[in-house]
Amino acid sequence: MREEIIVSGRMNPMVDPHLQIWHWQIPLYLFLGGLAAGILFFAALYYINGKEKDYRAAVRLAPFLTPLLLVLGLLALFIDLRHKAFFWQLYTNIKLQSPMSWGAWTLLVITPVSFVWCALHMKELFPKWDWKYDWLKTLEAFFNRYKNILAWVMLIYSVILGIYTGILLSAFNARPLWNTSILGPLFLASGLSAGAATIMIISRSKEERRLFAIIDLIIIGIELFLIVHMFMGFLASTQVQIEAARLFLGGPYTMSFWIFVVTIGMILPALLEILELRKYHVPAVVTAVLVLFGSLMLRFIIVYAGQASRWLY
Amino acid sequence: MRYAMAVDTRKCVGCSDCVVACQTENNVPIGYCRDWVVEVMDGTYPQLEIEIRSERCNHCENAPCVRCCPTGASHFAAGGIVLVKPVECIGCGACIASCPYDARYPHPKGYVDKCTFCFHRIKNGLKPACAAVCPTKCIYFGDLDDPNSEVSAVLKMRKSKTLIPEAGTMPQLYFLI
Ligand code: SF4
Ligand code: SF4
Repeated sequence: MREEIIVSGRMNPMVDPHLQIWHWQIPLYLFLGGLAAGILFFAALYYINGKEKDYRAAVRLAPFLTPLLLVLGLLALFIDLRHKAFFWQLYTNIKLQSPMSWGAWTLLVITPVSFVWCALHMKELFPKWDWKYDWLKTLEAFFNRYKNILAWVMLIYSVILGIYTGILLSAFNARPLWNTSILGPLFLASGLSAGAATIMIISRSKEERRLFAIIDLIIIGIELFLIVHMFMGFLASTQVQIEAARLFLGGPYTMSFWIFVVTIGMILPALLEILELRKYHVPAVVTAVLVLFGSLMLRFIIVYAGQASRWLY
Repeated sequence: MRYAMAVDTRKCVGCSDCVVACQTENNVPIGYCRDWVVEVMDGTYPQLEIEIRSERCNHCENAPCVRCCPTGASHFAAGGIVLVKPVECIGCGACIASCPYDARYPHPKGYVDKCTFCFHRIKNGLKPACAAVCPTKCIYFGDLDDPNSEVSAVLKMRKSKTLIPEAGTMPQLYFLI
């Protein structure tokens, strides 16, 4: 038997017992970032493929949400900072080894891009929209001319943003649960799935909804595969990662993870999508809300559980 | 130059003088600490073995906290000492999440704080406060590149270990066993 007692001095109410440094702000930020990445990815993808007219919700309507999502996400991140007056330090440094730095710079590119994309589609929401000033019109014409390049930038940066939400955590080798490279693809998939779900809510076209139901179904399959893979990796790894996996296999996060994330957030919507594709009528909103809920819960549970996982010594 | 510290687990009695000395010297806010004492009990009664360790930041050579810091506030100073510049720190907490030893804490003023090996004292040729005050003289400090420093000498003579070297951090806080 081994027992470790902290005799003295270790009375950090903010630090012990789990060193819980990140609270709701970070998982919310990761969720909003991932969701925005998913929506922008599909918008860019179908624009580049010339399907703008067929998939109107994906290319023109859903992106209107993204500036809001990104700004809210940045706000959540800002609330998390403890030394707020110095936040600009993020943008006077480029630290290639720090995922946080990567993320800050990625957001600096993709947030303005999302604003421009919306500006280019203003007439879609307000048919009588007029930019009033000439220089705004010139600007719009300029971006319209280079819209294809803009779409490519959006495509690439949305993938970086989606992966970043997971890499941010997997770079921490001090938290064995996070320290797996599967988290990058898993969070990217979760963000794409959430993006597809949002498009399903907005779309009024049967064909478009069907397409995104199929896409979402495939992504959920990939997510489940990645989750199984992640646990296989943990269980075949070192003691600390086995302990990390146990948080979900009998430990305190077992119920919340397998019920909220896997069952309600993945398997249930997948079944509903299969029913829908078999021509039963299932309201898209129900499926989509479940997917969004699962995606949000995934971030919360991984961020919280990760901080409970640690090296033993 | 490579600063390092060695703590003798056989001499340490767990009095916590090092903790109080550090809190006083570095004006550590009440309720927080930069160093702490751990007592590890191994075995089943009556075969028990006790190890007492005075722990602090390991000033890792491959420091994940420096790697993860987005602003460069966490950096290597002379002699491999890991320091935080308060005016560059945004308080994002990435370094706290990345330290396997839980050696950092968020200072109530917003920035992140931790052991500095008493950088301000060693610059002037003094020992860190914890080493200076230890009544059993079980904390050795000095330059590993200098074969005559007290830390080099004691590490040569005695068996030592570092904490979770398997985390890949290359800690520079040694424990004599
Ligand atoms: S012990 Fe922690 S805070 Fe100190 S250098 Fe190593 S990783 Fe950084
Ligand atoms: S809290 Fe400060 S020192 Fe730590 S990673 Fe963030 S900016 Fe760097």
